[in-house]
Amino acid sequence: MSKRFFDEIWGHSRGRKPRPGFESIARWIRETPKKELRRRQDSAEAAFRQLGITFNVYSEEEQAERIIPFDIIPRVFTAEEWQSLSEGLEQRVTALNMFLDDVYGERKILADGVVPSDLVLCNPGFTPVVNGHRPPHGVYAHICGIDMVRTGPDEFLVLEDNARTPSGVSYMLENREAMLRLCPELFEAFEVEPVDGYTDALRAMMQAVAPESAPGNPCCVLLTPGHFNSAFYEHSFLADNVGIELVEAADLVVDDDIVWMRTIEGRKRVDVIYRRIDDDFLDPLIFRPDSMLGVPGLMAAYFAGNVTLINAPGGGISDDKAIYSFMPEIVKYYSGEEAKLPNVETWRCREPDALQYTLDNLADLVVKKVDGSGGYGMLVGPTSTSEEIEEFRAALKDNPDGYIAQPTLDLSTVPTLTEKGAKGRHVDFRPFVLSDGQKVTTVPGGLTRVALREGSLVVNSSQGGGTKDSLVLRPESEQPS
Amino acid sequence: MLARTASYLYWIGRYMERAEFTARLIEATVRLDALSARPAGEGAWSSALAVAAASHDFEQTGETITPSNVANYLTFSEDNPNSLRNCLYNARMNARAVRTALTREGWESINRAWLNIDGRSAVGSAQGTINLLEALIAENRGFEGALHRMLRQESFYFLMLGESIERTDNTARLIDVKYHIILPEGEEVGGLVDRDQWGTILQTVSANTAFRWLYRDGLSARNVLEMLILRRELPRSIAATVDDTVELLADLGRLTGFQGEADRMARLRQRRIAATNIREIIGGGLHEYLEAFIEENRLLSQAITKQFRFD
Repeated sequence: MSKRFFDEIWGHSRGRKPRPGFESIARWIRETPKKELRRRQDSAEAAFRQLGITFNVYSEEEQAERIIPFDIIPRVFTAEEWQSLSEGLEQRVTALNMFLDDVYGERKILADGVVPSDLVLCNPGFTPVVNGHRPPHGVYAHICGIDMVRTGPDEFLVLEDNARTPSGVSYMLENREAMLRLCPELFEAFEVEPVDGYTDALRAMMQAVAPESAPGNPCCVLLTPGHFNSAFYEHSFLADNVGIELVEAADLVVDDDIVWMRTIEGRKRVDVIYRRIDDDFLDPLIFRPDSMLGVPGLMAAYFAGNVTLINAPGGGISDDKAIYSFMPEIVKYYSGEEAKLPNVETWRCREPDALQYTLDNLADLVVKKVDGSGGYGMLVGPTSTSEEIEEFRAALKDNPDGYIAQPTLDLSTVPTLTEKGAKGRHVDFRPFVLSDGQKVTTVPGGLTRVALREGSLVVNSSQGGGTKDSLVLRPESEQPS
Repeated sequence: MLARTASYLYWIGRYMERAEFTARLIEATVRLDALSARPAGEGAWSSALAVAAASHDFEQTGETITPSNVANYLTFSEDNPNSLRNCLYNARMNARAVRTALTREGWESINRAWLNIDGRSAVGSAQGTINLLEALIAENRGFEGALHRMLRQESFYFLMLGESIERTDNTARLIDVKYHIILPEGEEVGGLVDRDQWGTILQTVSANTAFRWLYRDGLSARNVLEMLILRRELPRSIAATVDDTVELLADLGRLTGFQGEADRMARLRQRRIAATNIREIIGGGLHEYLEAFIEENRLLSQAITKQFRFD
């Protein structure tokens, strides 16, 4: 390896000297016997299996309910780190919502030429059918999962925005519960910000964004594609903890532009739907006609202003990686300030110069589909064979608009329990941001994903990634040591 | 409560009860056959199939009736809709879909029971079989415990309702099948009976000790039948489960403000059973009585489905 990656505990010291403020956690990692850590980790995983915190791998049988590997060594953010992160997140998500409201409304940002009109209006993520239909309270992305990476002590970069139906928040909550149970000494040594306020914040947000016409205590539900969906555990976990009904499409019926759910006592009116179904499948009358997961007439009820959909349909446009590349300009346009959280440098292959650069440097770059996710459909130049690179080169030339390129990042590492003890493994981070039109809330924590294979940069659970708890220390918890 | 949720809960109650009953049935048969001084042989196993309503399906497999074939079929077979494995699989799939209506404890006990049997494919020695079954019965007891610690809300009552309907069915079927095998035609009803055989029945409904408490004058067919059908003190007797069903429907009526055909049918059958006695039942033909009872129970389940808009 030509250079050392930044380690979030050890900095660049190669495990010799912890960064200031991380002395105690370093001591904990060093002094807790590896056998003991292993035992606790196994116990956490056994508990997850018993609880059924599983995800399904598609195209396999029932046996394919897997648990996502859990790593017992947590990731730690200091209070200052979190402070600046959360300010940046708030700024970004606020701008993102204003952007969505604008492009489906007055389109000022397009008229002012900040973002090219064709990039937005011809984008597959742009949803013409919702054009001009402002959602209740003007909020589109009520729940955002912002994927971040870190490359140095102060270098936090946004890798992608997830404004459709970001998943993973149940891991934030369950991982913490496991840590509290298995490593209580950590929570004695540190003052850690709690994450369990998330479900209260989610409930409050859902109630706040109900249609104006809804009663004071609106009826909120979570709509799941069903228990065969890979994220079903999370759906039921959230419904349970927020205290709302978990419904499937068959439980809902739309009559006279009003959404009802079928109960043992007859119909009950529904005001707010946290839907974990993609736009495409939401309503067969408007989107894919073959959708069995959707509710016919749901969009009509939405257009009539009788129901709030979380997140609002059409928000997927902001997940597009070409739009992403304009986020610094978008943030500046709406907030009047420079973006506090920078993007990863991005070449838009739709632009001839950028395409040429990308083609010339394929072996060093990461190339992604603009509408891809889950770590699929991407090329990681440095770890690919020359055949894979040539294959991608052809695809890229064929459809340059469909791709962006980014440098291969020196993702930070965090000590992770391996066969050979605690070793640095690359991580990313997904905090969850709630917006209700009045305020933006980021619960201090998030989902840290870790690439368990040595040297790997791919953290996706479908490709061998695991998770860690993410501790945010309280201000008073700074330890001079 | 969502109608679908109510329906799934009702069926969780039924499947978990069926699983426990099947486990007890196999265990009792193993004891009767392999672990008794006088092995009961093939008859015990073919009657176990009959009680589990699986005689026909088992015949279709083309296998011969041997202890291990039948035990495997009743325990693990994926082709047998009522095998222990499939009961737990179905209970778990339903539970997974309505986790929010279950407590964490309730879900965990079902999930553990499933994980216990998932991946196993054959029973071993008689003792090994009994160990597995006992572990499963223990999980089921855990589920019962979790159930009784639930809030007294709709979820609880639907689970219990499924359980009570299933119990009625199981007990009725157990008596019906065993009665004919144990008491061949022409034999005196009040006469002496085969201790081992009756012991098996009592064990299946966990009523061995109960019998000795209720009937100090010894084991007779009439006494056993009376206890299993009419004695309310025994939680799995037909009369007791019939009472339970009435009460559970009434509880649901209080919560939802709805009563209907199911309530009417349940109360009617409760009154009928209160007005009869064992002499009358045996006199009128026990098999006919039980057969009608099983059919009536099926219709009641249908009425419940309709009343609570399950489909």
